[in-house]
Amino acid sequence: MKGNEAIAEAAIRYGVDGYFGYPITPQSEVMETLMAMRPWETTGMVVLQAESEVASINMLYGGAGSGKRVMTSSSSPGISLMQEGISYIAGAELPCVIVNVVRGGPGLGTIQPSQSDYFQAVKGGGHGDYKLIVLAPSSVQEMADFVGLAFDLAFKYRNPAMILSDGVIGQMMEKVELDEYRPRWTDEEIIEKNPWAATGKKPVRGQNIMTSLHIQAVDQENVNRRLQAKYKEMQEKEVRYETFMCDDAEYLIVAFGSAARISKKSVELAREKGIKVGLLRPITLFPFPYKEIGSYADQIKGILVPEMNAGQMIEDVKLAVNGKVDVEHYGRMGGMIFSPDEVENALEELIIGG
Amino acid sequence: MGKVRGAIVVDIERCKGCGLCVVACPTDTIVLADEVNGKGYHYAKMGNPEACTGCTNCAMVCPDSCITVYRLKPEKSK
Amino acid sequence: MIDVKDIIKPENLVFKKSKVLTDTPMHYCPGCSHGVVHNLIAEVIEEMEIQETTIGVAPVGCSVFAYNYIDIDWHEAAHGRAPAVATGIKRLMPDKFVFTYQGDGDLAAIGTAETIHACNRGENITIVFINNGIYGMTGGQMAPTTLEGMVASTCPSGRDHARDGYPIKMSDLVAQLPGTCYVTRQAVHTAGAVRKAKKAIRKAFENQKRKKGVSLVEVVSTCNSGWKMSPVDANNWMAENMFPFYPLGDLKDE
Repeated sequence: MKGNEAIAEAAIRYGVDGYFGYPITPQSEVMETLMAMRPWETTGMVVLQAESEVASINMLYGGAGSGKRVMTSSSSPGISLMQEGISYIAGAELPCVIVNVVRGGPGLGTIQPSQSDYFQAVKGGGHGDYKLIVLAPSSVQEMADFVGLAFDLAFKYRNPAMILSDGVIGQMMEKVELDEYRPRWTDEEIIEKNPWAATGKKPVRGQNIMTSLHIQAVDQENVNRRLQAKYKEMQEKEVRYETFMCDDAEYLIVAFGSAARISKKSVELAREKGIKVGLLRPITLFPFPYKEIGSYADQIKGILVPEMNAGQMIEDVKLAVNGKVDVEHYGRMGGMIFSPDEVENALEELIIGG
Repeated sequence: MGKVRGAIVVDIERCKGCGLCVVACPTDTIVLADEVNGKGYHYAKMGNPEACTGCTNCAMVCPDSCITVYRLKPEKSK
Repeated sequence: MIDVKDIIKPENLVFKKSKVLTDTPMHYCPGCSHGVVHNLIAEVIEEMEIQETTIGVAPVGCSVFAYNYIDIDWHEAAHGRAPAVATGIKRLMPDKFVFTYQGDGDLAAIGTAETIHACNRGENITIVFINNGIYGMTGGQMAPTTLEGMVASTCPSGRDHARDGYPIKMSDLVAQLPGTCYVTRQAVHTAGAVRKAKKAIRKAFENQKRKKGVSLVEVVSTCNSGWKMSPVDANNWMAENMFPFYPLGDLKDE
């Protein structure tokens, strides 16, 4: 099945309560699949086509504040429209999942795959000091698996989580193993698991108010301190990454998502030529594997960061090695996808030759 | 006299002296005090308590819900 | 003579602040209509015994702190987004009573799309719409509902339709949509008007049980600070100038 379809299938099976979305290429299959599967008749999941991405993210805000598992999906221009709502959700510390099947930009851009929303995803995106948990799948299987993982992390930290995919993974067809169906939380389970949720004020507790408004500066600073402490804890506990042939590597490729998938083949091509190169693939883009990449700094001679953008994640890789190793970017933009050969050539020219 | 008798109690510290109750009162019972409350507002009070019928008009238009109204049952108000 | 002390006894109580209102003093200016409408909503919630099953959605504007005053669970929405937030809540918890509380800038300018589409989908929610023709919190700027010729800080010589467009009648607009079941325009400037407004709010909440769509109660209100008048003068000005353009009464009741 397609990556976008896998998202929909996984959402129903995971017991998601609500999906609110607005059509945009290249991810409309997510809502189309959900509508065709009619989960409101089986699991009771609500699926609603909103009038805009602005509305859908605010429906998410309402649903998330109700303690329910809610999600949306969109592509770059739509995600830009959602930034206001995402900032409110992060500020109110509510859990939800947002899927961005990235396409080339800026502006209306193209409908072809891109990774040019990395900054927007991992550096906040909207206004104010906040972070999203960002997961970057590189296969259709991971599109399915990361739905549940994103919800688990979102509820663990009461923070919005984003699955940062792109048109390659969204449209690609692969065989997928799906989890068993699990029931949605009951109303009682929600009150027990999420005592903070606005489920109706009960005599046993005070008001539950979902808000990001703190008119006194000192109160707002205290909220910011709590948020930063939460992000620090995520950085310590939730970094996920994958390595491929890194043990004896003299050179490293650091790539995420579909670029990592392509780069894996580049590693094999280079190894055939006797070049000792490995691939490190960050799975969580926030929290970013700074320490883990940094630990290779003494072992390797250079790092190539192939991205389908003008050079975004490379800034975090440079922070990770802190000037100890030469780090170069190789990119295609605007919806163009590089081949494994291109990346392998870039490694030889920019890193080994350079 | 068979006139219905009432009385109001104003939560003086909640009152902002907007004067809407004064206008709403059909019997000219309420006046704004010459004195001020802790916030400096000339609060509402019964200037002519004899006239109050306990109609609740003042309480209904009060934006700060600071008026409580009492009314004697007709049989007691002979 | 009967002494006042003999009247002020629990058995003679006929009106007191609703139990669903908190004891927090409201931050609104003296004479502001928000306080009256807050109390009416609290009274309706108290009388319907739905304090434990009602979720409010607060707007951006002066009533951003509505959650400090009405003792229920709340969501604080972004400017204009309350109907979308309420949609999310109601769709996922259809048995709860969900209402939005919105001003004219919120509902009729920045949130026009969310308002119209929530109404058009027939969400089973209540919308309380405070229309005072001005942006109160930001200091008295022109609102979408500001009357022609009416002065505001961003139209200091009065609203001129050639430059500023016309005042918008949102209740008339949404009454045209099949997704609304009850649209009414009320006021709270006199005790009689308050009684009618309360009945309207009660009906708008009761309608959620009937699942027939959106009930919208517009309350034509004053902003005496923004209008630069005394509270009493503001009420009189509203009756003379606002009511002819925004006439009170039901626009739709199905």
